[in-house]
Amino acid sequence: MRKAFLRRMAALAILPSMLLTACGGESGENASGGADGNTIKVGLLHSLSGTMAISEVTVRDAELLAIEEINAAGGVLGKKLQPVVEDGASDWPTFAQKAQKLIRKDKVATVFGGWTSASRKAMLPVFERNKALLWYPVQYEGLESSPYIFYTGATTNQQIVPGLDYLKEKGKKKVFLVGSDYVFPRTANKIIKAYAKANGMEILGEEYTPLGHTEYSTLVNKIAQAKPDAVFNTLNGDSNVAFFKQLKSAGITAAQMPVMSVSVAEEEVGGIGIDNIVGHPVAWNYYQTTPGAANEKFVKAFKAKYGAKKVTSDPMEAGYNAVYLWAEAVKKAGSTDVAAVKKAAGGIALERPEGLVTIDGSNQHMYKTARIGVIQPDGLIKEVWNSGKPIKPDPYLKTYPWATGLS
Amino acid sequence: MESLFNQLPIGLSIAAVLLLIALGLTFTFGQMGVINMAHGEFIMAGAYTAYMLQDLTGTQAVAVALPVAFVVAGAMGWLLERLAIRHFYGRPLDTLLLTWGVSLVLQQAARDIFGAPNVQVVAPSWLSGGVEMFGSNLPYARLFIMALAIICVIAIWAYMNRSRQGRRMRAVMQNRELAGCSGVDTERVDQLTFFIGSGLAGVAGVALTLIGPVGPNLGTYYIVDAFLVVVAGGLGQLRGAVIAAVALGLLNSYAEFWTDASLAKVIVFAAIIAFLQFRPQGLFVLRSRALT
Repeated sequence: MRKAFLRRMAALAILPSMLLTACGGESGENASGGADGNTIKVGLLHSLSGTMAISEVTVRDAELLAIEEINAAGGVLGKKLQPVVEDGASDWPTFAQKAQKLIRKDKVATVFGGWTSASRKAMLPVFERNKALLWYPVQYEGLESSPYIFYTGATTNQQIVPGLDYLKEKGKKKVFLVGSDYVFPRTANKIIKAYAKANGMEILGEEYTPLGHTEYSTLVNKIAQAKPDAVFNTLNGDSNVAFFKQLKSAGITAAQMPVMSVSVAEEEVGGIGIDNIVGHPVAWNYYQTTPGAANEKFVKAFKAKYGAKKVTSDPMEAGYNAVYLWAEAVKKAGSTDVAAVKKAAGGIALERPEGLVTIDGSNQHMYKTARIGVIQPDGLIKEVWNSGKPIKPDPYLKTYPWATGLS
Repeated sequence: MESLFNQLPIGLSIAAVLLLIALGLTFTFGQMGVINMAHGEFIMAGAYTAYMLQDLTGTQAVAVALPVAFVVAGAMGWLLERLAIRHFYGRPLDTLLLTWGVSLVLQQAARDIFGAPNVQVVAPSWLSGGVEMFGSNLPYARLFIMALAIICVIAIWAYMNRSRQGRRMRAVMQNRELAGCSGVDTERVDQLTFFIGSGLAGVAGVALTLIGPVGPNLGTYYIVDAFLVVVAGGLGQLRGAVIAAVALGLLNSYAEFWTDASLAKVIVFAAIIAFLQFRPQGLFVLRSRALT
């Protein structure tokens, strides 16, 4: 009830600002295309307010850094990149509206944006209808391959499946599933249940809480009663803070019941409190501690621009990569035309902070190395396992026999 | 059957959180009829006060911050009343829009000052651990919140019923004109009421750092529940708020235990809507000519 009301109020509040930007666009310089005289406009669309802002602001920061670096190195096709930043406000319809605005009004060459799958699903029809390009920087639940989206985060066989392999290897047979109530956790858990069935694991419970939920005492009690070997956590946003704080104060430790998270990275650890999450495993493709010259350069540049206390995380790195990968494709295509860029993108391989990243032209996902890490007392994440080489993206899990019937 | 007992302390601890966040509203909304959408941001201000004090006090910040947050959030509330709300008395819809705008401004201010990511408030070591109760673990942090809620209720009760200022406050609420005629400075009473109501939000904010996220959106997570408690309990009624908080806390914990978190929310909302059909004024009604 209040939500609908708030949304109406939000629409009221947004109206004047939209009018303002509309006027600004008209009176500003020539807005005839992504590439005019000497700049190329690119859109950055993340939640800068609302429950997802905690995570998405940092991705925008990383993308701005990449744009700055590319401009400093001479730009793309001799032109400077000009970012147009919009706020998705943690509200999925707003993402669709702002995407439409970036494509139609600002005429950006491409958009880097989104975090939650709900926001991606909301934007997808807009990009397909306009034949425009979205670079989506976050790990997600797979089972999707839009011709107008490049997925620079992990799909399930590069994150969730390795995470489960790790738990299995550690002898964790009984697992409890906890997630936020939207597309990603529900689909991820469908995959986890199929995996568990084929691998002799038992799912003791499957619980969802609304985004922004902060009261976890009942859920923690349910988990304590079920006595699982491990918890697989697909909570998103601020809920992770409440969940880990209340888990810790209920006396449940990482040693007796590890919680494998797929949406908690370096950036979130500080807010959760290191004490509350130390020792728990996470699954990603990149950590701030990942070795290599490319990562050293990225971490150093990020800290120089945003402050020495800032940390870098997987989605930030994937957002940072997205800008470079797109720029590389544009160079190869010799134009910002969407069809040409898509055609040129396949097979592009760049040495990135996480290691070698190659664009798979057939599904527009990336070859990525899976890495399992454990949260350290200093708040950083130490890698304890990796897949050895980049894993071919398989968003529909076609190469996994247990996954038939999922897609 | 066993779960009947082991959910009981959890339900009560949820009730304590609900009560703590709603107590301030029993003043500003209950006593003065001001729909203060920025109440959640005063809670947030309390939480950030604890965060700021960490530099000075280390891990004891939570204890030290309780009185400080009361003053900080109280001062913010007082300022809001002085600068804006007092010009809108008798215009509830305008006040609602105004305070909603203020809440957005405060959220953005927090984001600019402290950054978008959540910050960490380290809980004092004497609050780690817990006790076994009816087969479930009740953390000390939860017990602390329950104790704090009880202390606040007693203090408010004593203030309202035993102090001269409290009597004036009730007099103004029941009949503003008559109280004014009898020599009560109603404007001063309004300021004080708003100060205390907002200050209590600050206290709640400090307590919430023990169990939830400390970030710019903190207030938005609690404001709806706070209003629910006050509306269900009856405006301006302390005992109504206490009983409503306990009832909602228990309903919430059992509903979630037997279904899931999303459905529990639906059940709680449905129960409140049904309840308000029978008693639109809430649990307890203050009989007053001035209010009708």
